[in-house]
This record gives sequence, C-alpha cells and structure tokens, in this order.
Amino acid sequence: MLRSSQPLMGPNRKRCREDEVLLGTVLDEGERGFIIDTRSAQAAKQARMTGGGTEPKSSYPQWRRLHRPLERGRPLQESFIKLVEACNDPLINMDRWLSRLESCRWLSHVKAALSTACLAAQCMDREEASVLVHGAEGTDTTLLVTALAQVILDPSCRTLAGFQGLLEREWIEAGHPFHLRCARSAYSHARLKQEAPLFLLFLDCVWQLSRQFPFSLEFGERLLLTLFDNAYASAYGTFLCNNVKERRVGQEESTHSLWAWLNQPGEKKKYLNPLYSHNALVIWPSVEPQSIQLWQGLFFRWIRSSQYLDEAWAEIQRLVEGN
Amino acid sequence: FHTLFMLQVENVKLLDRYTNRKAANGTLYLTATHLIYVDASAEVRKETWILHHHIATVEKLPLTTAGYPLLIHCKNFHVAHFVIGQERDCHEVYTSLLKLSQPVKPEELYAFSYNPKMSKENREIGWKLIDLKVDYQRMGIPNNYWEITDVNKDYEVCNTYPPEIVVPRAANKAVVVGSSRFRSRGRIPVLSYLYKGNNAAICRCSQPLSGFSARCLEDEQMLQAIREANPGSPFMYVVDTRPKLNAMANRAAGKGYENEDNYDNIRFKFIGIENIHVMRNSLQKLLEVCEMKSPSMSDFLTGLENSGWLRHIKAVMDAGVFLAKAVKDEKASVLVHCSDGWDRTAQVCSLASLLLDPFYRTFKGFMVLIEKEWIAMGHKFSHRCGHLDGDPKEVSPVFTQFVECVWQLMQQFPCTFEFNERFLLEIHDHVYSCQFGNFLGTCHKEREDLKICEKTHSLWPFLLQKKQELRNPLYRGFTAYKELQPNTLPFSFQFWCGMYNRFDKGMHPKQCVLDHLLSCMSQKMKLEDNASELENKLPFLDGPLPSEACSLSKVGRAASKTPMLNTPQDYEGEPPPVLSNGTSAGDIDVTSDVDQKYKENLSHHRDLHDLNDAIDVLDSEAKDGKPQHH
Repeated sequence: MLRSSQPLMGPNRKRCREDEVLLGTVLDEGERGFIIDTRSAQAAKQARMTGGGTEPKSSYPQWRRLHRPLERGRPLQESFIKLVEACNDPLINMDRWLSRLESCRWLSHVKAALSTACLAAQCMDREEASVLVHGAEGTDTTLLVTALAQVILDPSCRTLAGFQGLLEREWIEAGHPFHLRCARSAYSHARLKQEAPLFLLFLDCVWQLSRQFPFSLEFGERLLLTLFDNAYASAYGTFLCNNVKERRVGQEESTHSLWAWLNQPGEKKKYLNPLYSHNALVIWPSVEPQSIQLWQGLFFRWIRSSQYLDEAWAEIQRLVEGN
Repeated sequence: FHTLFMLQVENVKLLDRYTNRKAANGTLYLTATHLIYVDASAEVRKETWILHHHIATVEKLPLTTAGYPLLIHCKNFHVAHFVIGQERDCHEVYTSLLKLSQPVKPEELYAFSYNPKMSKENREIGWKLIDLKVDYQRMGIPNNYWEITDVNKDYEVCNTYPPEIVVPRAANKAVVVGSSRFRSRGRIPVLSYLYKGNNAAICRCSQPLSGFSARCLEDEQMLQAIREANPGSPFMYVVDTRPKLNAMANRAAGKGYENEDNYDNIRFKFIGIENIHVMRNSLQKLLEVCEMKSPSMSDFLTGLENSGWLRHIKAVMDAGVFLAKAVKDEKASVLVHCSDGWDRTAQVCSLASLLLDPFYRTFKGFMVLIEKEWIAMGHKFSHRCGHLDGDPKEVSPVFTQFVECVWQLMQQFPCTFEFNERFLLEIHDHVYSCQFGNFLGTCHKEREDLKICEKTHSLWPFLLQKKQELRNPLYRGFTAYKELQPNTLPFSFQFWCGMYNRFDKGMHPKQCVLDHLLSCMSQKMKLEDNASELENKLPFLDGPLPSEACSLSKVGRAASKTPMLNTPQDYEGEPPPVLSNGTSAGDIDVTSDVDQKYKENLSHHRDLHDLNDAIDVLDSEAKDGKPQHH
C-alpha cells in the first residue's frame, strides 16, 4: 500500500516520466494496481485548474483508478460541530433527534471512511494487488484510509504497541498537520479554516471496529479517548506541530513522549482490552447503518455517567481473569 | 428426518441480502407445524426452520429469471425470500402456507399437539412453578391495608380479571361491585405492586364510564380506599396513559377519565402513549426500514425517525419512570389506566415494577411479572399477536414494546438483570409460537375454558432448563442495584438490531462476547467443582497425588484455551482465510469489479463460517420446536 499526494498534472496535462517509472516499478509485468482517489471524479478533474489532477490511464496503464470521495476540511469540521451541538442540546426533542443526527452527517462519514478502507484492504487481500491512496494533499483523508486499512488487515496493528507504531507512521511522521487540524475543537466560535477532525474520525472508525470485533483489539475505548484528548491538548510533545520538520526543532529535548508515559506498566494496563485474544485474520466490518453506532463514550462523555458501563467492564475483567 | 412431510419441493433457493442469484438449490419441506429448508449443497448441511404460527404474511413476487419467488414475513421479524423452480410448486407451497399459518380454532394451535417426552406429574409441576400468591406474600400482602379477595372467583365482577385480585381491605364488596359498574369492562382498580419501603402502591384499572358528568359513589370510595391505604401521602396520582385528545374523545362515548373535582385528593395526569393502531403502523414502517437493501446512513436514520418507533418506546419508558418516581420519591400511590387497561396499562405497570424491585430482574421474578401483569390481568395475547385468523386491526406490538423497554434497560444497566437478551427473544418467540399454553387466549377465564393446564405445557420450565445459555454473565446479584433510574434522553434509546434485524447475521458484531463470558463462567464452575472434589479427597491420602495433580493442570490448560474459542481460530494455520462477513462497499461513483468478486467469494464461504459459529446462527426455533412423530 502506498500513499502520496495528487499528481501535479495541471490544465496542460503535464506528464512526469519519473513518477510514471516510480509507480511502474511497484508492479510486476502484467500486474494490476489500484489507485484510490479520495476525491470525487468531478473534484479530481477540477483540481487540474489549480495545478493538480489525476493519473491518466494512458500514462499509468497498469493502474486502475477508483474514486471514493471522503469529506474533509471545513465541511467535516461543521459536521463535527453540529453533532456536538445536537448531543449537548438539553431541549432536544425525540421527534428531532434522529433527523439532527442525520443532518450533521457524521455517521455517514464514518460509514464512508470504513467502506473506503475496506476497499483498499480488499484490493490487497483479495485481489492481491497493490494500492496507491491519495487525495489532494495526502495529509488527511489519505492517512485516514491507509491507517484504517492497516488496522483491518494487519493483526500487529491491533496490538497496543503496534497501534502506537501505526499512529507514529501513518499520522505523525506522515505529516498530518495536527497543530492546524486539532486547534480548538467543536465548541470554539473561531471556525478556523484549517481545522478538521480527521484524526477523530479515524478514532471513531477504530471504535466501530472494536465494537464489531470485541476480541481483536488489544486496547480499549480508554486509549482512544486519551488519544483524542491529547491530539487537541496535551502535556506531551507527541502531537505537537504539523510535521516532522517542525517537530525536529526541540521536540525531543523539551518535551516528553506520550508513548513513554502510556507504556509504563502501571499506566498500560488501564488501556488494555480484557477480552483481547490475538486474531490472525483480516477483520471485515459491516458498514450497514445498523452496524454503525454513535460513539456514546466520546460524544456523551460529559453528559451521561459511565458508571454502569464501567461496572460492566470491571465484571468482564473479573470473569476473564478468574480463569 | 423422522417426521411426516405434507409437502416436499426440490429446486428451491433461499436468498438473503448478501447472496446474489447464484444461491444454492435446496429442498423445501412442509410439516404439520414447520417449514424446513435444507441446503445440502455445501459440505455441511444447513437447515432453516420456520414455525407456521410465526408466519405473518406470504406473498408471491413477480416472476424472475431464477424462478417463482415467495416472500415470507414472520412475526419474529425473520424474512425468508425463497425462489421456487416450478410455478405449480410455488403455488402449492403458497396456498398451504396460507392455510397453515392462519388457524381458525384455538384447538388447532400447536400447544395442543406439542408433546415433549414428559410425565404428567412434571407437566403439572411446570404449571405450578409460578404462584402469584407467593409474590403478593413477598410484598407483605395480605396486611392491614390490602387483601387478596375472591370476590371475582366466578368472574362476576370482571370476566377478564383473574379469580383472585388484590384490593384495599377498606373496600367492601358493595364498593367493589359498584366500582365495577363504573369501569370499562368491569376492570376495577386493583393492586399491581406494593412498595414495601413506604406503602405506596401501583394500582391499575380501565377508564371510568364518566362521560361528561357521570359520577359513581362506589368508584370514588374505591379510590379513597386506595389512597388511605397509604397514610404516608396526602394525595394519590391518577395517570391516564392516553394522549389527552383521545381520552377526551372517549367522553363522547360515555367513557373518559377521572374528574379531579369528584375524587378527593387525587392529582390527575395524562402521559400520552399512542394507541394500538398507531403502534402497529409504526412497527410496519420500522420493518420496512430494516428490510432496505444497502441503505445509506441518511436513509436509515430518516426512516427510523419517520417510523416513530423509538419515540413510542421512550413514551412507554417515560411513563414507567414517572410511576416509579412517584412511588419511590414522592411516596404517593398511583392508579394507572388507559382505555381498557390491558395494553398501555400492562406495559407501564410492569415496567415500573421492574424499575423499583430487583426481584423482577431475576429469572423467576420476570416470569412472575409476566404472569401477573400480562397473563393474569388479561392482555389479549391471542388478538394482539394474531394467533388465530381474526381482525387485523386488533394486532399490535404491545408486548414487543415492553420487551424492548427491558432491553433498553439492559443496555444502560448491563449488570442488573439475571438474564440476557436471548431470554427476552425466546419469550418473544414463544408469545407468537403458541407452542406453550401460557399466552393462548385473551384472559384467565378463556384459558380455563380451553383447559390449558391440562392440555398444554408451560413455557417457564422449558426456559429454566436452558438457564445456562440465557443468563447474564455480568449479573452482579440481587442486592447490587435497588431502584433503576434510566436516562431517558433521546440518544439513550438505541435501535435493537438483535430483534428487528435478528436474522441478518452480517449486521451483528462478528464476535460474541456473551458466549465467551458464559463459557468462562462454566469453566470457572468446573474448576471450582474439581478443586473442591480434590480438597475432599486430601484428608484421606498420604503424600502427593501425582495423577490428580496432573488432571487439575489439564483443566487449567483447557481453561486458558477457551478465550480463543469465540474468535475465528478455525482458520488458523490455513492460507489467507475468508472471513465470511463482508462489506457492502458498493459505491455510486465507479463500480468496481473488486466489489463484485468479493461478494462472490462471500456467498461461497458464508455457510461454512456460519456453521462454525456459536448458537446465534442456527435458527433457534428449530431447536425448540422439533415435534415428535404423531
């Protein structure tokens, strides 16, 4: 699985031999690859006007292009804000709750993200084909797809250590601009242009996987909530800045690593899933609407007590450890 | 098979939302009680059983290239889509199912022919398992204020009430009889639940025949007696569970609701729960949403909201919560009614009892609750569940809603019920299956006339036998939780996939936590048994016991393996496996033949995976209802 940003085709349909050779070397003679473009065909075409574009079939003959538009940027942030508003509305009427949930479209985005990640995974697992994922910049929906696909495909990404490694690789080092994307969150009136909850969307999708495959992730909801918190405001340097280059300037000397803290034996056990049992298989989620739920542990975290659910998890722990 | 088949048809396909037209060919059998579909094409034989009594509708769909489709909708929300090769066969199955699924006389119901190998004594003991008098005793009744009266022993007061009812001691026979003339169908106020903590009571009845201005001294005395049976409160609530408009409309027909001016110290309240027709339509719309093929998130949420289903569930829950609060916090007694006091009233009273009293959250207690508030108090199961060919307007998912409210509570309070979701689903199945006599007919008198206790079996011992599968592994015991105060904000009500999309296996979580935890529990019990067995042996022996010690550690090893059982370990060691669950990763923009190819792989492997899975997959009706040859 490869990721990149969009090819700079431009209105004049520029070609780049080196890029074509690079992608050519990935595939053997006669092999086929898939390009998953996270923009709609329309948007990808329009991108040419501003210097971007897509890979034309003629120049990349072994690659088949698939478009799976995923929401990003302002619209995604609006979706997030609307959802949080609906969840917090004390006067929310039963007659309107579901339509408000529907109109914010957050769950549609979850479904689309999972579907696209599954598509990438299918290409690799079923078709045994290589996959190139990109959107426009390669820093948002691209990472969402590649990271999620790995959780689906690779059991080692589902371990606590492996998941941390995945985050380092596919989000932090890959250059997701955390500083810009996770600036003020849903309550702020600032409405910053560069703010968008892609990372939260990723965590939500991982939560959906944990619900559908309760034995297959070594970590539990608590880890996901902690990651969400730290992406926005953190005592640690792990999610600071926008990319490796910016971070290099003093990160290791001046800050502490979130992973170092999480992995201490005393801390670590709080994040483990008591039901975890290594699953060597690919985990294929259902993306039917009935299978996708609103992540109550996050969106109602401060609204409704988790006491009874916590007691249930304590019982589960007790039962599982009893043996 | 040892059973006689009435009909056997070859070349039948069973489609589901995941298979394409390349489904395998199987054989359809009709027996006196079931439809059985057998797919012997794969290595492992797969059977689908449908009880005729569970069939709600059978439709012939337009001819397709694959054959003649027959669509069966069941009362437990199973939807079976068959495609039959020959038109004649299809028509024969169709007409047979229409007849078999709509019995006319009660004697035709399955309960009268169901014959498990059981002695007469055991069958009778089964009927005596639940004794409502014991529950009243548990509440402290009879006491100074309340008594169990036999004034209705010949159904003279009310022919839809049981022979023994609980009324205030202060209400003499004249009051009881007088009040019965002022209540719709003679359904006088009687006790449902007494909260021992403070003497507040939940009572139930039907609407008064007050019209615009009629009064009845005895009825007013009856309410006074109820109120005075709770000296701790100066007033009592009278709750009408209908929407105000409906209740007012009833006045024009000479019925209506209590006028606060005529009854001393009552506080009257409407809690609008819609009527049986609204609920029937709501469920219909919900099921249409559930049947949508590959809906978008928007389609689903919009459809769910338009059905109004969760809104109605919330309305029932809100009413139950109100009753529980009134009793516990305000220490006030509550008298509840709707129109006839056998639908909404039953829902609300049983829910309130569940919220207040942990006993009803145990196996035994829940059975008592249903026997008391639903069966004894005359909920018209036969009409509401369409047991016989009758008025379709009488059919309504009233009991279903109650069961769902219990499930909603289970989601909020996972450790508080002794039983699990499967227990609820089994009860729900059997309310419609008519395999047991508990839910036949419409009231106690009718069941007596039908001689249910002599001719049929009770559901409860049957379920208790399966307790190990139906228990909640997270149950923290009787004393862990007292009263429940559920959150009733809209987001707290979840869509119950396990009920309304129960047979769409792909939609449910792929790994079953329940089975794993139940298995942990039984392993633990085995270990404890082994350990105590060994402990008992120790005093008698000299020195170490190498052989016993080995067997203990063997058990230990087995136990550590069990956590693996519920993950798809079946494929371990094999090359890249197929997990037969798939995405409906279909997209509108560009069709990918990757998607199509995947779906083909899916249908090929699905059955194999399904069969390796636990209890969930195999149609549970099959296991219960296998009839004896007769």
